[in-house]
Amino acid sequence: MNSPVLKQLYAFVRKEFYHVFRDRKTLLMLFGVPIAQVLLFGFVLSNEIKNSKIVVCDYAKDYGSQEIIRKIEASKYFKVQKATLTHDQIETAMKAGDIKMAVIFPDHFYNDLSHLNKAQIQVIADASDPNTATTITSYLTNIINDYQAEALAQNNQSYTIVPQVKMLYNPELLGAPNFVPGVMALVLMLICAMMTAVAIVKEKELGTMEILLVSPLKPYLVIIAKTIPYLLVSLLNLTAILLMSVYLLDLEIKGSVVLLFAESTLFIISCLALGLLISVGSTSQMSAMMTSQMSLMLPTMMLTGFMFPIENMPFWMQGISYIVPSRYYYTIVKAVMLQGLGFSAIWRETLVLGFITLILIVINVRSFKIRLA
Amino acid sequence: MRTLRFLLQKEFRQILRSRSLLISIVLGPIIQLTLLPLAANFEVKKIAVAVVDHDHSSYSEKLIAKIYASPYFTGGRYRESYKDAAKLVEQNKADIVLEIPQNFEDNLVRDGNAEIFIAVNAINGTKAGVGSGYLANIIADYNQDIRLQWSQPGHFSEASAIDLVNENWYNPFMNYFLYMVPGLMVSLLTGIGAFSASLNIVKEKEIGTIEQINVTPIKKSTFILGKLIPYWVLSMFVFTIGMLISRFAYSIVPVGNISLLYGFLSVYLLTLLGAGLLISTYSDTQQQAVSLAFFFVLVFNMISGVFTPIDSMPGWGKVLSYISPMSHFASVMRMVVLKGSTFIDILPHFIAIVILGVIFNTWAILNYRKTT
Amino acid sequence: MDNNIAIKADKLTKRFGDFVAVDAITFDVKQGEIFGFVGANGAGKTTAMRILCGLSTPTSGTATVAGFDVYKDAEKIKKNIGYMSQKFSLYEDLTVMENITFYAGIYGLSDKDIKDRGAELLDRLGIAHEAKTFVGSLPLGWKQKLAFSVAVIHRPKIVFLDEPTGGVDPVTRRQFWDLIYEASDRGITVFVTTHYMDEAEYCGRVSVMVDGRIDAFDTPANLKKKFSVDSMNKVFYELARGAKRKAD
Repeated sequence: MNSPVLKQLYAFVRKEFYHVFRDRKTLLMLFGVPIAQVLLFGFVLSNEIKNSKIVVCDYAKDYGSQEIIRKIEASKYFKVQKATLTHDQIETAMKAGDIKMAVIFPDHFYNDLSHLNKAQIQVIADASDPNTATTITSYLTNIINDYQAEALAQNNQSYTIVPQVKMLYNPELLGAPNFVPGVMALVLMLICAMMTAVAIVKEKELGTMEILLVSPLKPYLVIIAKTIPYLLVSLLNLTAILLMSVYLLDLEIKGSVVLLFAESTLFIISCLALGLLISVGSTSQMSAMMTSQMSLMLPTMMLTGFMFPIENMPFWMQGISYIVPSRYYYTIVKAVMLQGLGFSAIWRETLVLGFITLILIVINVRSFKIRLA
Repeated sequence: MRTLRFLLQKEFRQILRSRSLLISIVLGPIIQLTLLPLAANFEVKKIAVAVVDHDHSSYSEKLIAKIYASPYFTGGRYRESYKDAAKLVEQNKADIVLEIPQNFEDNLVRDGNAEIFIAVNAINGTKAGVGSGYLANIIADYNQDIRLQWSQPGHFSEASAIDLVNENWYNPFMNYFLYMVPGLMVSLLTGIGAFSASLNIVKEKEIGTIEQINVTPIKKSTFILGKLIPYWVLSMFVFTIGMLISRFAYSIVPVGNISLLYGFLSVYLLTLLGAGLLISTYSDTQQQAVSLAFFFVLVFNMISGVFTPIDSMPGWGKVLSYISPMSHFASVMRMVVLKGSTFIDILPHFIAIVILGVIFNTWAILNYRKTT
Repeated sequence: MDNNIAIKADKLTKRFGDFVAVDAITFDVKQGEIFGFVGANGAGKTTAMRILCGLSTPTSGTATVAGFDVYKDAEKIKKNIGYMSQKFSLYEDLTVMENITFYAGIYGLSDKDIKDRGAELLDRLGIAHEAKTFVGSLPLGWKQKLAFSVAVIHRPKIVFLDEPTGGVDPVTRRQFWDLIYEASDRGITVFVTTHYMDEAEYCGRVSVMVDGRIDAFDTPANLKKKFSVDSMNKVFYELARGAKRKAD
């Protein structure tokens, strides 16, 4: 490449920068979206089920029931309301939406337990959300098991296996470590693919694309010039997300930052290629946006594994997830950032991601030639 | 009112001619409601357990067999050392490592207690929490088995048992679709409504026709109403498609009153579309409107309780969730479809969206200035 | 007030911060007159016109349009005027007849009037056979003529035209001015901004704006006499030489 071409390219890139950086509102959003996401995911959202409101109906009011209720109250998983309710009243409370579970101690609970060695606790769960229902039932089971184990220990007759549990990588079971890599994939996809597609289609709509294409700069350079500002915005965003993760969410980057940025750049290029491809097929900004939504955002949310567990999906859907670039990127970021693994652990994913990117670029070049012909 | 008729006529003609909009309105719900529910399954199952058994005793083997017999765990991966097993975790081939030390059986028999070591990949906090919970249940069960086996007849006190009698209301078969499909419908409607409404006025700004409208004697409120009603009708249509899909693809029949759902929806849409129009009045280009709408739709979705429990949020997160109209509709939708809640049950949500609706729409009308 | 006066402006001013877009302009437009508002780009023509149409409120000064005050009665003004902007103002994704119906409808014409006047309009433009064509696929010249006809379909007292002939060929411009004359003959006051000086020659009276002020205000013939030149182009050149604002 000789220097006049570089100069022309530079002039074009500068023009594109003006477009992107002078539109304050769009720019605000480009940075606002990731910031809000990191904050929400970091501080507000968690998949962990805690503070579930439950109602305890204690008909026994004896030593045993009160000991167990005390244990339930001490757990962070439950918020206890005490009441003496009938079945009908429990139903009314659940229909109004607040109560997730009712725990009922029958009369003579402790008496039964100590003399008959068998006692019952009735548990009614609002199973409209099966996940919550199963989880809180299992929490309750653990609490009651604990109670029994303690009671037995007092009798000094126990045969007990004590599990020592260690939580790797995320000892406090925070939601953020799982979400941050997902947010990174989502944001890069949004900026690079959707915004690029909309920006190029806008030039088509306004008719300015024709003017650019007849300029002395080679057409593919025009396209490259259009994408460079978004590449830069993406890298800035990435930096912002990482800084926030480290300083606000106390999330340590365990692996190599350089490797992380290199892999991110590869992913960004694949996103830009996707955005270009969408712009080829769209005639209006609206349709470019709708296509991006359907073919990019949705698969990224669904099939990368950060929102929904891939292993629960039907087999064919898991198959589709293998051609979604963000899936690989998500795995890579998790490995490098959270597990501190090196390139040797992620070379396969990198290879696949590179291969997908290459295919996308080839398709772009071809369709671009057809467009010009 | 006569003016409104002509405005509506024009809007409907434009919408029905916009192919990309129509495709997304008809195909959107079909694609989302057939694919998303398959993906949006948060049940924790198929937890892969890698086992390092240094003891190779009958007790250790029974424990392992008991774990693998549970529907939640998959495995069959045995490793000789913890290091090898940890590698499986690094490669995402195992979620939990269970290490049983040497002399496990001896300790248990001789001292009455023994230790085992469990390491959980906790990057996904939910899976780790729930998975280790399940494992704890199994181990507690196993403890109980051993005691029953060893305790002398007549000495039942050592094995006294509390029996949990479980009832699962509203969704006894624990059908995940029953919970997710109504939630996803809310998410879908919110997306379509907010995007189409927010692009609307700004499009007239971009092509310049807004100037022409502004010199006509149209009242601001009439103009906004003319923009709002078509998308209201359209969203009702999308909702009906969604209800049909959930009826026939997922056999979901609302327990509650369908007209209550439609009634709530019709008010919800006024609120949502008002918010969309508000975005439109603040934007100069479609690109701006898109990014603004995207921002809010994303935030609405995240804090709506559709995907993550609202109970787990901190106080200010709950406040955010309360001022987002989508959370209310999501709750109501699930309450009516699953539990058959009545108007009295959903009244607090109803009041909330009416207030939000009045705020958004007044704001939009005030902010849509015909003069500068 | 004088029944023959359609528009009256007195020391009308609009500031945007420090920038005085319209600087105390004073003029009046007679009923049925074709009034030309000329000036370089950025001289303040469009801003002044937007104030008179009720799209923008003035900072100071007074103005009445069709007897209504621009401060208090903007909505009443809107009932009595037509407007056509330099930016194309019809919906490209609606057909010719649908555009006519829409605009006639929001001005409150009856269904019968819409039908009759629509047919008459199409006849006059000679495009009856294009009634069902999408406006987007019409040639630009036709669009402009159609836009003008739609702007006067409710028979307003005054029609404002903001650089209506930008980008069209000389023949179409000539035809466009024929439409303007016809409207004027029907008693509609025409207020037109332009930077084509040959068009200024067609106007009854012309005001020339420079840097937000009205520097000259008379019939084209008198203006030419006053500056001892033989065309409006030269009149304009004489006046614009001293301009400080650069055209953009």
